Parts: sequence; C-alpha cells; structure tokens
Amino acid sequence: MSVDAATVRRIAHLARIAVAEGEIEHLRGEINAILDFVEQLKEVDVEGVEPMTSVTPMKLRLRQDEVSDGGDAEKVLANAPQSEDGFFLVPKVVE
Amino acid sequence: MSALTSLTLAEARDGLKAKKFSARELAQAHVAAIEKARSLNAYVLETPEKALAMAADADARLKSGKARPLDGIALGVKDMFATAGVRTTACSKILDGFTPPYESTVTANLWRDGAVLLGKTNNDEFAMGSSNETSAFGPVHSPWRRKGSNAPLVPGGSSGGSAAAVAAQLCLGATGTDTGGSIRQPAAFTGIVGVKPTYGRCSRWGIVAFASSLDQAGPFARTVRDAAILLRSMAGFDPKDSTSADRPVPDYEKAIGRSVKGRKIGIPKEYRLPGMSAEIEKLWKEGAAWLKAAGAEVVEISLPHTKYALPAYYIVAPAEASSNLARYDGVRYGRREPGRDITELYEKTRAAGFGPEVRRRILIGTYVLSAGYYDAYYLRAQKVRTLIKRDFEEVFAKGIDAVLTPATPSPAFAVGEKSGDPVEMYLNDVFTVTVNMAGLPGIAVPAGLDASGLPLGLQLIGRPFDEEALFSLGEVIEQAAGRFEVAERWWQ
Repeated sequence: MSVDAATVRRIAHLARIAVAEGEIEHLRGEINAILDFVEQLKEVDVEGVEPMTSVTPMKLRLRQDEVSDGGDAEKVLANAPQSEDGFFLVPKVVE
Repeated sequence: MSALTSLTLAEARDGLKAKKFSARELAQAHVAAIEKARSLNAYVLETPEKALAMAADADARLKSGKARPLDGIALGVKDMFATAGVRTTACSKILDGFTPPYESTVTANLWRDGAVLLGKTNNDEFAMGSSNETSAFGPVHSPWRRKGSNAPLVPGGSSGGSAAAVAAQLCLGATGTDTGGSIRQPAAFTGIVGVKPTYGRCSRWGIVAFASSLDQAGPFARTVRDAAILLRSMAGFDPKDSTSADRPVPDYEKAIGRSVKGRKIGIPKEYRLPGMSAEIEKLWKEGAAWLKAAGAEVVEISLPHTKYALPAYYIVAPAEASSNLARYDGVRYGRREPGRDITELYEKTRAAGFGPEVRRRILIGTYVLSAGYYDAYYLRAQKVRTLIKRDFEEVFAKGIDAVLTPATPSPAFAVGEKSGDPVEMYLNDVFTVTVNMAGLPGIAVPAGLDASGLPLGLQLIGRPFDEEALFSLGEVIEQAAGRFEVAERWWQ
C-alpha cells in the first residue's frame, strides 16, 4: 500500500499538524518508505493468533471510588500559555 | 578532584560511608567536570545549586549515621523524567519552558534514597531516535572518537546524553528510558552498562509518554554492580501506574558474583544477520565462551519471528505515539502559536513544536490507526507481537535462562552519517526491539573494542522479572572483557 498526496494532507489534518504544500511530496516519500518497510508483515501467518493487549499478564486494578487528589487549580494552570480566572484561554469556539 | 569523578558508584558510596570525602565534594567535582564538558552537549540543563543542596542534606544524614542507600550519589536524569520545579522538555520545542509541579516516581525513589541531581540530560526529541540527533537542543557528541580521527561520533539514542555523561564521568550513573533500545544501544555505543527492566518493573508515572506498552525506565552505569544498585532504588510498585508490577524488589546487588554454573544460555540463530561484521560475530562467540568458562551451558536456539519485530515495532510505536502526543495542543502547557480559530491554533502549534522525526511518526501512527487501515496494520502488528513473545516463552519453557545476542549491528557512527534515511536509522534497534515487544528485561554490557577503537556491547535477555540473572551473567562478561574507558579526554 502507498499513500498519495491527498492522503498525506488528510492524515496531517487528522493529526492536527499544519503541513506546507511544498512539504507534501517529501513527506509522501518518507511515509511510503516506512510503509514499504513494514509491508513484510504480510508474510506472517497470523491466522487464529490473538492480538496482544497486555505484554505481561495483569488485571487492571480498581481502587476505592473516593477523592484522592485535586484542588490544585493553580498548579494545573501554572504552565498554561494563557489563562484567566482559573480557566485556560483559547480562541472563541462557540459563536 | 578528578579522582572523585572516576570512582564507580559503589566505590563512591563506600567512600562516603567511610568519610573519605563528603557528598558536597563529590557533587562539586562533578559540577566542575560538567562545566568543562559543555562541548559534548550531554546536559541540557545543569542544576549545580540543587546538587549542592541535596549533597548537603546527604552529608547531614551520613554524619548522623542515618545514611540511605544512595546518599550523596550524583546522577544525571534524562529529560524525559518530570522533575518538580526543574524544567522538563523531552528535548522538544513543544515543551519549551515546561516546569512540572510534580516528580516522576522513578526520580522520587532515587531522591528518597538520597541521590543527588546534577542536571537533565539530552535525548532524541520525545525519545524518538537512535543517535540523539533529533533533540531540539542539538546532537550530543560521544566522548569516544575513532583512532586517529577527530570526526564527532553519535553516542547512540535516544538516551544519548545520559550515556555520554556516564562514559565521560560527568555523573556516577544516570536514568534512561527504553522503548526500542534507547538505553541498551547508547550504552553499547559508549562502552557502559545499560539495563531495560521487565515491563512494569519501574513505574512510568511522570515520565513523558512515547509508546506506553513499550516504555520502561532503567539505569546507566559504568559497571554491572552500579547498574544493579541503581535499579534497586528505581524499581518498585506504584499505584499511580496501572501497569506497575506489584511484587517485591530484590536486592539486585546480591546477584553480583552469584555462580552462573548450570545456567542455560540460548544463542538465537536468527540474530546472525547477513552481512554482519566479522568483529561483532567474533565478539558474540567470545561472550558465549566466557559464559561457558564460568560454568554456563550454551545452546543454539530459534526465535523464528525475530525479523518481524522491527517492522511490527514501526507500527505499534508510532500508533501509540500519535495518541500520546495528541495532548500537546498549545492550550494547557508548552508552546503555543496563535491561530484564528482553535483548529488553526492546534495545527500551527504542533507544526512549529514538533521536529521532523516526531512529525513523521505521528503521521505514520495516525495513518495506521485511521479508519480502513487499522486491521491491515495495527491489528496485524499486535498479532505479530503475540508471536514474538511466544517465541521467547517457548525457549524459556525449554529451560533457557537467558539469551545472548550482540547489542547493536555496528559500533557508533558519525554525526550526520545516517540522518538522511529514517529506515536505515531504525535498523540500529534490530537486536534490542524484540525485548520491548515481548516486555522482557535486557542488559547491554561492554565486551570489546573494534579495530578503530570503538566500544562494542553484548546483550543478555532474561525471563520476565529475572533481572538478577542478567546481573550475574553480565558481571561474568564484564570480568572477562574488562572495562573500557575513553582514552583521551579531548573535551576538557
């Protein structure tokens, strides 16, 4: 399988990364080189094989449903590029 | 003062306890060495004041006889670990100026035991790379050079700064993270010891996430014993990491010197790559002979799905990375580029913040997870991963205690030599990546020098949670091969 320019634009948008028109061809080549490399997985017989979900056998632990953390609004906002009155600031989202 | 920086971690620990020198003197010696070695670019942030303050606390405890296991031990910390109040960027522009208000569990464990932070070490951006050339802070130069050449070499990656710092004696040990070989490959390139523990052995909490099902923290040190001492402090159960293993941490140092008589070592025939250098082939045979001489039994084994580990990795790791790195949106922390609307803000921020390798992996990951391709790529890769793990389970079931392989297919290469072709760079991890795919522990131990005087390493792969076997066997190799120090301190 190989990707075309339209696919590169589509995945860049899905990934929310702006890509200049002049970079598309270069990126297409790189992505296709990697897809060529992983193509060899098609040789493997995976009939009836379970996909791995956990590398070591473990059960997800549950804890008591009680507040164990929080009340740190100041710390949460400390690294925000823009904040005001305890909120993160973003461009207007709802008209 | 240079004598203090050339001590092993164990020697420094014993010297501190015997009051031959103070933690403050030890920290000062390292701070001075780091200042003189800035041309290596091993540290991206030096924290001398913090180091001296932590050393003073350690001295007070040492004096009162209430010493902790690592009191006064001066360490470097990879910039992937969140350190409270100390800038943490994963060497990415997108985390420009990020100062976490919290501490990673692994580093908190080290400080609990009395260790001292010298600074944050350089790494490939988000730990994505095998040469430390993708860092936003620029490449690290290895302290090693080829005989008769001044060409700068890479220290390997992604934990290149930690490896270079340990090899150049700019710390007694350092932390790393290993997703596909990022501890073991740079350890091999710089002639030191690096350990990737079993998945779940060290908490991932507070470590910048790359590929969560593969990421593990581990130590770098100049001897196998030193690595064992560090891992004991780093490891342990953490309820904040849902994949953390709830089992006791052995005193790994006790495994040093333990007899390896009767241990069964497997030599996987699939690791004998076509065109592999004769030097590496010879070193591998020597390693097997050393273990045999120490009483171990060496047998050939087969791990038939080995060749599919790297391609499967380059689906699984980018897929997980594309999901993990979605959090860098320019809203909550890190860099932000203005946009007319929220989508443009995201797109411009992420375009400006991520370097080319990270962007490439996010795009690949997004593609293999996208509708219509998920089954063909991601699901198939996870099935192949099951087969890779099964290969190891089958040999362990036959009584194999550890697997011996070369650590890397070549010695260190020059800066710029391989940065043009992503796939060629990926091949560096061909021997190490299987271990992450199967969640197993692995250790890289220096075993010799090539014709141009560069270090080469061997890798031992163990059963899940049997790091002790790796330390016992690794020390046999270390005893036989000797230690390898940089011949000329050209950076001073």
